[in-house]
Amino acid sequence: MVPINYYIILSAILFTLGVVGVLIRRNALIIFMSVELMLNAANLAMVAFSSVIQSFSGQIFVFFVIAVAAAEVAVGLALIVEIFKTKRSIDVDQMSSLKG
Amino acid sequence: MFLAEPTHSGFFFLAPWLVFAPVIGLLINLIFGKRFSETMIGTVASLASGAAFVISVLLAYSISVNHGELVRWQLAEWIHIGDLQLDWTFRVDSLSTTMMLIVSGVGTLIHIYAIGYMHEDVRFKHDVGRYRLFFIYLNLFIAMMMILVSGDSYLMLFVGWEGVGLCSFLLIGFWYEMDTLGRPSLANSNAAKKAFIVNRIGDFGFLIAAFIMFWAFGSFQFDQVFEAAQHAAPGTILAITLFMLVGVAGKSAQIPLYVWLPDAMAGPTPVSALIHAATMVTAGVYLITRSAELYTLAPQAQYIVALTGAVTALFAATIAVGQYDIKKVLAYSTISQLGFMVAAVGMGAFVAGMFHLITHAFFKALLFLSAGSVILGLERGHHHAEHAHRGKGKKGKHALSKVEGRKEERSHEAQEEVFDPNDMRNMGGLRKTMPVTFWLYIIGTLALAGVVPFAGFWSKDEILLDASLRYPIVYWLLSIAAFFTAFYMGRQIWMVFFGEPRHGAALHAQESPRVMTVPLMVLAFLSLVGGALNLPFEGFHNLGHWLEYTLHEVEALPLNYAVAGISTVLALLAIAASWYIYGRNPLRAGEIDPLKRRLGAIFTGAENKWFVDELYQAIIVTPFVKISQFVADVIDWRFWHDWFHETVIAGTYNWVSNIALNRYADQRGIDAFANGLAGVTQWLSATMRRIQNGFVRSYALSVLLGVVLIVGYLILK
Amino acid sequence: MTLDLILFLILSLIAIATALGMLLSRNAIYSALFLVLNFTTVAVFYLLLGAPFIAMAQITVYAGAIMVLFLFVIMLLGAESLPKAEVLPWQKPLAGILSVALALEATFLFITRARPAGNIVAPAETANMMDSLREMSMMLFNQYLLPFEVTSVLLLVAMVGAIVLTRRERRVHQ
Repeated sequence: MVPINYYIILSAILFTLGVVGVLIRRNALIIFMSVELMLNAANLAMVAFSSVIQSFSGQIFVFFVIAVAAAEVAVGLALIVEIFKTKRSIDVDQMSSLKG
Repeated sequence: MFLAEPTHSGFFFLAPWLVFAPVIGLLINLIFGKRFSETMIGTVASLASGAAFVISVLLAYSISVNHGELVRWQLAEWIHIGDLQLDWTFRVDSLSTTMMLIVSGVGTLIHIYAIGYMHEDVRFKHDVGRYRLFFIYLNLFIAMMMILVSGDSYLMLFVGWEGVGLCSFLLIGFWYEMDTLGRPSLANSNAAKKAFIVNRIGDFGFLIAAFIMFWAFGSFQFDQVFEAAQHAAPGTILAITLFMLVGVAGKSAQIPLYVWLPDAMAGPTPVSALIHAATMVTAGVYLITRSAELYTLAPQAQYIVALTGAVTALFAATIAVGQYDIKKVLAYSTISQLGFMVAAVGMGAFVAGMFHLITHAFFKALLFLSAGSVILGLERGHHHAEHAHRGKGKKGKHALSKVEGRKEERSHEAQEEVFDPNDMRNMGGLRKTMPVTFWLYIIGTLALAGVVPFAGFWSKDEILLDASLRYPIVYWLLSIAAFFTAFYMGRQIWMVFFGEPRHGAALHAQESPRVMTVPLMVLAFLSLVGGALNLPFEGFHNLGHWLEYTLHEVEALPLNYAVAGISTVLALLAIAASWYIYGRNPLRAGEIDPLKRRLGAIFTGAENKWFVDELYQAIIVTPFVKISQFVADVIDWRFWHDWFHETVIAGTYNWVSNIALNRYADQRGIDAFANGLAGVTQWLSATMRRIQNGFVRSYALSVLLGVVLIVGYLILK
Repeated sequence: MTLDLILFLILSLIAIATALGMLLSRNAIYSALFLVLNFTTVAVFYLLLGAPFIAMAQITVYAGAIMVLFLFVIMLLGAESLPKAEVLPWQKPLAGILSVALALEATFLFITRARPAGNIVAPAETANMMDSLREMSMMLFNQYLLPFEVTSVLLLVAMVGAIVLTRRERRVHQ
C-alpha cells in the first residue's frame, strides 16, 4: 500500500537531480545522461499515475517516450561525435563560439 | 459725363481735346518722330498746339454765345472712396478761356519759331537727334498747362501745376550735359534742379493751403470751396491765402523764391519765352485770380500779396540794370513784371492783373524770341567769322557733322577764349546786320517800357491806377520799378543794336530766317494793338466785361490822366537817361560798363544779383548739406547701421543663434539628449550582450531560473 | 510498515544513490554504469507498479541499448578530461540555489495542494502479465495506431540522421 505521493516525491527528487546534473557537469555526455535521467523521472511519474487510475494510457505514453528517447540519443550522440571531431573536446564550456 | 444743361449750345464737348490734342502731337512725335524730317516734327507739334488754340477759340466763342455762363464738363471719375469724390472736370468760363487762348496762341507761335531756332541750335550744339525731343517736351508742356487752366478744382489745377514744373525741369535741362556755352558741364542740369527744387518749396506751400482747404471745407472744387469759404473762420481763409502765396512765389518767381528763374535761362530761348515769360510763370497770377473770392475775404493777405509783388518788381528791376547777359536782363525783367501782376491781383485789381498778363505774354515772348534771334545771329556770325578767318570758305550756318563739328570746336577753343553769344558786351551795331530783329525788338521794348500807344502802357497804367487808389506805397514802388524797367531796356537797346560791333561775331551776324521772324511779327502786331483789349474808356473795357462773367465784381476805372502822364514821363526820362549813359558814347570792345564807373559798388551789387544766391547758399544750402551729411554718415551709417544693426541686432541675433541656441540649446541640450539616448542604448546593449556568452550551461541555468520564477508566481497567485 | 513500503523505500534509496553517483562521479564510465543501475531500479519500480511490459522495455531499450550507445561513445571519445579552469565560477552556487528553490517549490506544492490520490495497488491484484500485455497492445494498435506509425517514421528519421551526420565528406579535389 504505497501512496502515490511517495512515487511523486521520488520522481521529483530524481528530476531535480537530473536538472542539477545538466547544470553542473561540463562533460557533454554526462549532461546528456542527466537529461535521460530527467526523462526517466517523468516516465516514473507517468506509470505511477497510470497505475492509480487503472488505465493503460500512461504506459502507452511511456512506451512512446522511450522510443523517442532512443531516437534522440542516437542523433544526439552523433552530434557530439561530430563536435568532438572539430573541437577535440567534449567540454561544453569550449563550445562557446556563439557568444555575443 | 455732360454736366452742363442741354440748353447750352456750343462746342463744350471739345474741352478735353485741349489736353488730348497736344498729347496726341507728342505721341506722334515720340513714336514716329525718328522717321520724320525736322520740319515734319515741328509741324506736327505746331499743329497740335494750333489745334488747342482753335479749340480755345471755339470754347471762348461758346461762352460768349451763352452769355458767359460757366460750363463744367466732367471727363472722368478719378478718386471715389466713400464720400470722397474727386473728378477730372473741365471748367470752361471766361477766365479759363482767357488763359487757354493765351497759352495756346502764344504757344503755337513759339512752336513755329522753334522749328527754325532749334534747327540751328542743335547744330551749334552738335546733337541733331535731339530736335524731336524738344518738341515732345513742348507739347507735353502745352498739355500740362491746359490741365492747369481748365481744371475745375484745386486738385486738377495742382496736377497741371506739377506737370508744368516737370516740363520746366525737362526743358531747362534740355542740354543737360553742357553749359550755355556748350562746354561739358553740370551747369544746365544744376539750373534745372534748382528750378525744380525751389518750385517744390512753393508747391509745399500750395499743398498746405490745399490741405487746410480740404480739412476746413471738405472739397477742392472751386464752387464748393468758395461757397464754404463764406462761412469759414477768417483765420482759416488767411492761412489758406498766405500759403497759396508761397506757392505763387515759387511758380511766379516772387521774393524769396525767384532765384530759379534767372538760372532757367540755361534752357533754349523758345523755352525761356514760352515757359518763363508767357505761360508757366503766370500760373501763379491765374491762381490768385481764380481764388479771388478767397482773397477778398482776407484783406491782410491781400496787402501782403500786393507788397510782395511790388517789392519783387523793384528788386528785380534793380538787378536787371547790372546784367550783361541779354537773356538774364529779360529774365529779371520778367520777375519784375510778374511782380506787377502779383501786386495787381493782390490789390484786388484782377482785371488789371490779367490784362497785364496778356500784354506781357505778347511783348515778353516777342523780346525773348528776338533775343534768341540775336543770339543765333551772333552764333552764325561767329562760325562765319571763324571759317572766313581760316579761309576754309565754309559757311558756319550750315550743319557740320557731329564729329567734324566737335573737332572744329575743340580746335577753336584751343586757340582762343570761349565765345559767349549771349553776352551783350560781344554785341553792338546789330541794327545794321539784323534789321528785322532790330525793329521787332524796338517794338517789344517800347511795349515793355510802357510807352503809349503800345500794349504795355495800357496794362501797366491800369495797375498803377489801381495801386494809387488802394495802396500808395505799392504805387510808389511800382512806379520806381517802371522807371528802372524803361532804363534797363533802353540800355539793352543801345548796347546791342547801336554803336560798333565789339566782336567779330557781331560784325558778321546774319539775320534769322522767315520761319523765325514771321511769328515775331505776329507778336509785335499783338504788342502794338493788344491794348485794345481793355482800354480805359467807356465801352472799351472788353476784358473787364469778359472777366466779369467769372469774377462778378469788376471795377472799370476810367483813364486817369495824372497817373498816365506821370508814368509816361518816367518812362521817357528813363529812356533818355539810358541814352545819355549808353547811347551817346557807345561802348567799345573791352570797356567797362560806364554805370560801373559811376556807381561802383552799387553797380557791382546789382551785377551780382545782390548776392542773394550766395546768401541762400550760406544760410540754407550749406547747413542743409552738412546736416544731411551728418545724418547720413553719423546717424544713419555709424550709429544706425554700424552700431544698432550690426552690433545690437546682428550681434544679438548671432549670439542667440550661435551661442544660446546652437551651443547651449542645440549642442548641449538636444544633441546631448539624443546622443545620450543612443549612449544609453549602447550601454544597455553592451550590458545585455554579455548574457549571450555562448555557454550552454548558463543558458540552461536561465531556463531553470525562468521555471522557478514562473512556478513561484503560480504558487503565489 | 508493510512489505511494499519497505521495498519501495529501499529501492528509492538505491535509485537516488545511483543518481547521485552518476552526477558526482569523475569518471564518465562510472557515471554511465551508475545510470545503468538507476535505470534497472526504475524498471523494478515499473514492475511494482504493474507495468511489466514497460519494465522490460526500459531494461531492453534504455539500459540495454541507450546506455550501451553511451558507453560506446564514451570509450570512443575518451574519459573525462580534467578541466582547465572554471570558466563560470558563479554557475555552480547559483545552480545549487535554484535547484533547491525548485525542490522547495515542489515540496510546497505537494504539501499544500496535493490531495490524497489513492494508493498504489500491488501487482498481485491486477491481471497477470499476459492479460495486461494483451490489453496494452489492443490499445496501442487500435487507439494509438497513428502515433505508433509516426514513431516508427521518427525512428527511421533518427537513423538516417545519425548516418548523415557522421558521414565523411568526400573530398573531390585532388
